[in-house]
Amino acid sequence: MLTLAGRYATKAQQEAVRVNMGLDKPFYVQYIVFLKNAVKGDFGLSYVSQTPVLELILERLPASIELAMSAMCIALLFGIGLGVLVSLNPRNFISRVIMTGSLFGISLPTFLIGILLIMIFAVYLGVLPTFGRGEVIKITEGWRTGFFTIGGLSHLILPAFTLGMYQLAVLLRLTRGGMLEVLREDYIRTAWAKGLPSKMVIFKHALRNALIPVITMAGLQFGELIAFSIVTESIFQWPGTGNLLLTAVYETDHPVIVAYVMVTSIIILFVNLFVDILYGYINPKIRYE
Amino acid sequence: MNKGITIFRILKSKRFNHYIKDISAVTGSLILIIMLIGAIFAPAIAPQNPYDMETLYLADSLVPPIWMEGGKAPFILGTDDQGRDIFSTILYGCRTSFTVGFSVILIAGFIGVTIGILSGFYRGLLETVTMRLADAIFSFSTTLIAMLFLGVLKSHGVGTVILAIVITDWVRYARTMRGSVLGVKEEDYISAARAIGANDLRIMIKYILPNAIPPILVVAAVDFGAAVMLEATLSFLGVGVPINKPSLGMMVSIGKNYIYAGKWWLVVFPGIALILIVFGINLLADWLREEFNPKMTKGKAG
Repeated sequence: MLTLAGRYATKAQQEAVRVNMGLDKPFYVQYIVFLKNAVKGDFGLSYVSQTPVLELILERLPASIELAMSAMCIALLFGIGLGVLVSLNPRNFISRVIMTGSLFGISLPTFLIGILLIMIFAVYLGVLPTFGRGEVIKITEGWRTGFFTIGGLSHLILPAFTLGMYQLAVLLRLTRGGMLEVLREDYIRTAWAKGLPSKMVIFKHALRNALIPVITMAGLQFGELIAFSIVTESIFQWPGTGNLLLTAVYETDHPVIVAYVMVTSIIILFVNLFVDILYGYINPKIRYE
Repeated sequence: MNKGITIFRILKSKRFNHYIKDISAVTGSLILIIMLIGAIFAPAIAPQNPYDMETLYLADSLVPPIWMEGGKAPFILGTDDQGRDIFSTILYGCRTSFTVGFSVILIAGFIGVTIGILSGFYRGLLETVTMRLADAIFSFSTTLIAMLFLGVLKSHGVGTVILAIVITDWVRYARTMRGSVLGVKEEDYISAARAIGANDLRIMIKYILPNAIPPILVVAAVDFGAAVMLEATLSFLGVGVPINKPSLGMMVSIGKNYIYAGKWWLVVFPGIALILIVFGINLLADWLREEFNPKMTKGKAG
């Protein structure tokens, strides 16, 4: 109540705010009203800025999606790539270095990775910017991107690597484990015996089968990615939804928190759906007739 | 059999032999033991109590580590902006980390194992509800739920942080436990136990639970590291332990403001301490996983 009406509001003013926001009605009525509006995409007004919450979130969503997508791409590309590389020569020196590195990737919390990257690349080397998004280009109403400017891309590198590092390490270890198991299978020996080029054996016959747990994990980890994007956005002052949520938490702006939860749940749902569909492409055995 | 012989038997056992030959497992446990001793005896080892306002002097703020120019005698690793000795604060911070880690694996482990064993044994509605709940929690991520939970909560303390982690973390144990129960439930020795008149509770505790201990140990080891990291992350974001409580994550968060000024020791040393704890437990977890998984032999897969 104090936050809403202000510390110096009189009793009458406080009461006016109560009635205005429907807080004088019983809980279940408030809840039903909330549900009715929420279905229509109306999550109410932010306590602090008095603007519709959904607008606040949608305005910042593109920045977050850009960051999350870049991180995911880095994780998939390097994770699977290095995982295959390591599985082919599990005992040589480079593989051991990569595996030890991946253990660090898992052991290092995201916020430390971010700060260490800032210290190395921004403070000591002074080569990359560390906060904000840099130049952005407006594509359509409400969607501005940093993908097409050098400034925008250079702003993206550190946060994307910070966010992708943990996933990268997890996917690398999974790919390695899967590949090592698959490479021992009889059909791989057959493929080699047939004289197929090694590219064909490794990527078509082996990797495709090793990828199933990797894809599952990547889908499952998407929620973690969103959670860590909050941390990353806070370190790099990235103007995305994560930062919005943190501000809302500090200011106890509940409508923003609720709407954030709703929007992220929907995104997570869709990602999981997408992963399920992807299974069908990778593994034709589980396709529905 | 007296105690001496038991210890002798453990030392001679195959498992101990594997353990002592595994350099990374021994390194991991040594790191953890040293950190744990440091944390337990923090009041005796630390040159200063960083949370006793009377011993702090602002004149001593931002002193660099002792080997650098301007370093000062008791402050081995330098001081932060409040004049707190970094080394002492790390020791006290490790106390919080270990408290959170151990509490989480004990509480979440107990809840998770109980729910897991019941839902695997009785199946039915209980299983459906808990496992779907587990799916939901997993896809939503434990980190995110803990953050939101603490974000909405008003009063903060070490206890609420533990609670925030436990409300989602039991899921890991419940899943693993249920899996092991389903694996052994139809075995002949369970029917045999039933035939000699053992009731459900006795079967669960005496015949099913011991089978599940190895995988649960692995989960607990991984979970310990995850809980320590999560506490640090929450404290870093300002939703974890309150400012007057020591925490490694909080130290990094304070130090973050000084890295552009070249005061790297505020961030690097607490960071190293945190990495050591998590790295140590991960090395141990890796060993446990390989040791207890008959399918994998060392150096091949995993």
